[in-house]
Amino acid sequence: MPKVPFRIWRGAAGGGEFREYATEITEGMVVLDAVHQIQAESANDMAVRWNCKAGKCGSCSAEINGRPRLMCMTRMTDLPPGETVTIQPMKAFPILKDLVTDVSWNYDVKKRIKPFKPRPPDAADGTWRIAQADVDRVQEFRKCIECFLCQDVCHVLRDHHLHDQFIGPRFLVYTAALEMHPLDVEDRLADLKDAHGIGYCNITKCCTKVCPEHITITDNAIIPLKERVADRFFDPIRRLFRFLFGRSA
Amino acid sequence: MGEYKSHEYDVLVVGAGGAGLRAAIEASAAGVKVGLVCKSLLGKAHTVMAEGGIAAALANVDDRDNWRVHFADTMRGGQYVNNFRMAELHAKEAPARVNELEKWGAMFDRTPDGKILQRNFGGHRYPRLAHVGDRTGLELIRTLQDHGIHQGMSVHMECTLVGLLKDGDRVVGALGIERDRGRFIVFRAKAIVLATGGIGRAYRITSNSWEYTGDGHAMAYEAGAELLDMEFLQFHPTGMVWPPSVAGILVTEGVRGEGGVLRNNKGERFMFQDIPANYKGQTADNEEEGWRYCQGDKNARRPPELLTRDHVARCIVREIKQGRGSPHGGVFLDISWIKQRIKNGEDHIKKKLPSMYHQFKELAGIDITKEPMEVGPTTHYVMGGVRVDADTQMSRLPGLFACGECAAGINGANRLGGNSLSDLIVFGKRAGEFAAAWSKEHGHGTIRDGEVDEKIKAALAPLDEKSAAGSAEDSPFRIQHDLQVMMQDRVGIVRTGPEMADAITAIEKLKARAAKVPVYGNREYNPGWHTQIDLKNLLICSEAVARSAIERKESRGAHFRDDFPDKSADFAKFNHVTFKAADGTMQVRRETISDMPAELKAIIEEMK
Ligand SMILES: Cc1cc2nc3c(=O)[nH]c(=O)nc-3n(C[C@H](O)[C@H](O)[C@H](O)COP(=O)(O)OP(=O)(O)OC[C@H]3O[C@@H](n4cnc5c(N)ncnc54)[C@H](O)[C@@H]3O)c2cc1C
Ligand code: SF4
Ligand code: SF4
Ligand code: FES
Repeated sequence: MPKVPFRIWRGAAGGGEFREYATEITEGMVVLDAVHQIQAESANDMAVRWNCKAGKCGSCSAEINGRPRLMCMTRMTDLPPGETVTIQPMKAFPILKDLVTDVSWNYDVKKRIKPFKPRPPDAADGTWRIAQADVDRVQEFRKCIECFLCQDVCHVLRDHHLHDQFIGPRFLVYTAALEMHPLDVEDRLADLKDAHGIGYCNITKCCTKVCPEHITITDNAIIPLKERVADRFFDPIRRLFRFLFGRSA
Repeated sequence: MGEYKSHEYDVLVVGAGGAGLRAAIEASAAGVKVGLVCKSLLGKAHTVMAEGGIAAALANVDDRDNWRVHFADTMRGGQYVNNFRMAELHAKEAPARVNELEKWGAMFDRTPDGKILQRNFGGHRYPRLAHVGDRTGLELIRTLQDHGIHQGMSVHMECTLVGLLKDGDRVVGALGIERDRGRFIVFRAKAIVLATGGIGRAYRITSNSWEYTGDGHAMAYEAGAELLDMEFLQFHPTGMVWPPSVAGILVTEGVRGEGGVLRNNKGERFMFQDIPANYKGQTADNEEEGWRYCQGDKNARRPPELLTRDHVARCIVREIKQGRGSPHGGVFLDISWIKQRIKNGEDHIKKKLPSMYHQFKELAGIDITKEPMEVGPTTHYVMGGVRVDADTQMSRLPGLFACGECAAGINGANRLGGNSLSDLIVFGKRAGEFAAAWSKEHGHGTIRDGEVDEKIKAALAPLDEKSAAGSAEDSPFRIQHDLQVMMQDRVGIVRTGPEMADAITAIEKLKARAAKVPVYGNREYNPGWHTQIDLKNLLICSEAVARSAIERKESRGAHFRDDFPDKSADFAKFNHVTFKAADGTMQVRRETISDMPAELKAIIEEMK
């Protein structure tokens, strides 16, 4: 089989460049396999994160031909045949080295969100009774593998760098999972409105499009949260006004 | 050289999988200062990949279940060389630990009356595995992570520990490398809990990630702790076999629990042809009964596909070897057939096994609701590990604790599915509790600068050689690959004395190559360098597996010898302990299994 050409971004915080590689592709290979093969053959020090190689851990996020994806779930045959494959690190986060970015901001953000707080147990033995339907409702959000691809693609973070004011789609999903948890009694709406900046989201749905877990981030998590915030904090008559005249009052 | 940062903790936990997180939470709750170190980012440890479920005798689905049945199942699965005290504690404490997860926000699937739902799994007499679809590990690790970060522990992500530091016999600290900049850190700690997981990277076909290089095993061994049961390595019967690049990735046993069947290329359900005597009474002898079991019929016995993993793996190897395999060298695992039996079968499969559906669809282009999967055995789990006290999880080195997959004892010769996740939270909690207690009773030890310098020097040595052409002659990746091929070949599912003797010779040669392989590049996030560092650990673990396996001249559980195909009563009387002798060589000795208390003996007799 002929070798396939790759352009992989190499460098560190100070700067870098795309370098050309070529490697042989065999049946069933995913992009991560190709990167590993290049690493073993000719770039031993090329940095790349991975763990599960099965789309379960969310480590191997990168931008493949400009599109944020998991390298381990992108089959080589999904890419246009014969063309150079371009791989670069996520853009919304500072570069550490090569394909590895500093995602520590995400871990700091999570710490700022009020943790789960359950209602008192339902049974004398300290356990709860929950209906499967209620589990199913939040299950979607709990599937998140924290790949941060949605954060990467959200223009509020990617282009406007409002990391201090906006927690990003991943953590709106996380907040939604907590807010809709059938046992949770904590209140996070004030935080959502102020410190967590839910208002910055203008529902472009870019996050939903890249989520490898197919979480309907915008429709199922963000919009219901926005509604809850609106219900709590905005006067109903003004809301009606806004609805009727389409401008902010 | 010799430059490093320092951190001081009462308890240092190494590893942020289920076991490490649970230990760190418990130690924090005890009010001591806790540090948590992991090689990857938080939430990415192996635990995240666990699929099928957590075993605990909650008796929510079948009220005949209780800790005594779970205990007996675990001992039977382990072929009675388990540490019975650990098996007892595990069976007794797992239900409380699982319920506690719910208090911290975990969401399991439910029974109709709103309790935690439990599913069937191999070797468990009753439906026992609490689960969330087939992503139970994600639920477990995320719950512990999201709870843990609010308990006051300090987390050092992407930091690799490379050695333990001692003051006399006592373990008093550890040396680590921050992956990003390659800086060294010395951790001073009154107690250290190892929770570093397994060693599966020693094999070519494996469900394990790059992290599984046996670091905890090797660091403990080097420091003078003992390893137990290293010959017992679990090959999971169902890994993906095609396409080649995904070979080894796990196909959860949950597929069989939900009614999936194994067939050879003649369409036969070959598992019916070989049911071991001690499982005959509990195993269905016809397809109809097996199906009824999967549907929750309490009077039905389980299908032979749900026999223990060691047995199923060997039956699959036999089918393949005798020419009845599938086109790509596996056998067929079919869940799509259940559409004949239940309405909306397709949706049912997608709901119960969403990540399997996803995995096959995206990686192999196969729709499991429509066609069978091809599967074959894959290296999965190490029963062997650091030898610890059952109650406290402390090793023979004062101040050094171990829990989770890197500790040994509970599983004996074969682990039952689901017993790992429960092991993590039961013994993770215990390790955290006793490490914290230990740290309250002892002051900090003294760390010798000389020891730190020596270890830093050793870690930097390959980089110092600075051979820019490094990758041209030999590379850490190449050595690792050669080791994997060799171990797969000679210390795999079916073993013989002469082949394993060869393996020891091969390991010596690989050690020599590893000792002088140059590493290209600088210290910053350099996978070549880290692969080289991990290699040393993999080689120690591989040697321990081979040496213990040579000594066990019988077949038991996961350890199968072609030259000694039968079980021997003599070998039931002891475990193998691997340790570093005074002259630096690796030695294996026999450790007699102590007498089981009458109460536990009676349980085993009763449930035989
Ligand atoms: C695909 C798959 C599916 C599975 N399904 C199930 C299941 O359904 N049920 C079940 O019970 N079991 C299952 N298992 C087994 C189970 O998941 C593992 O045994 C278990 O998660 C191990 O947990 P642990 O906490 O011991 O280690 P891990 O979760 O592997 O964590 C190890 C930690 O140690 C860290 N570490 C390692 N070395 C170092 C070092 N040198 N320095 C610093 N940190 C280090 C790592 O970074 C990591 O954080 C499955 C395993 C796999 C691979
Ligand atoms: S929908 Fe909102 S959160 Fe998602 S990408 Fe667009 S602006 Fe960002
Ligand atoms: S919501 Fe989706 S895209 Fe965002 S971090 Fe989670 S899994 Fe990744
Ligand atoms: S390696 Fe785990 S998601 Fe890609």
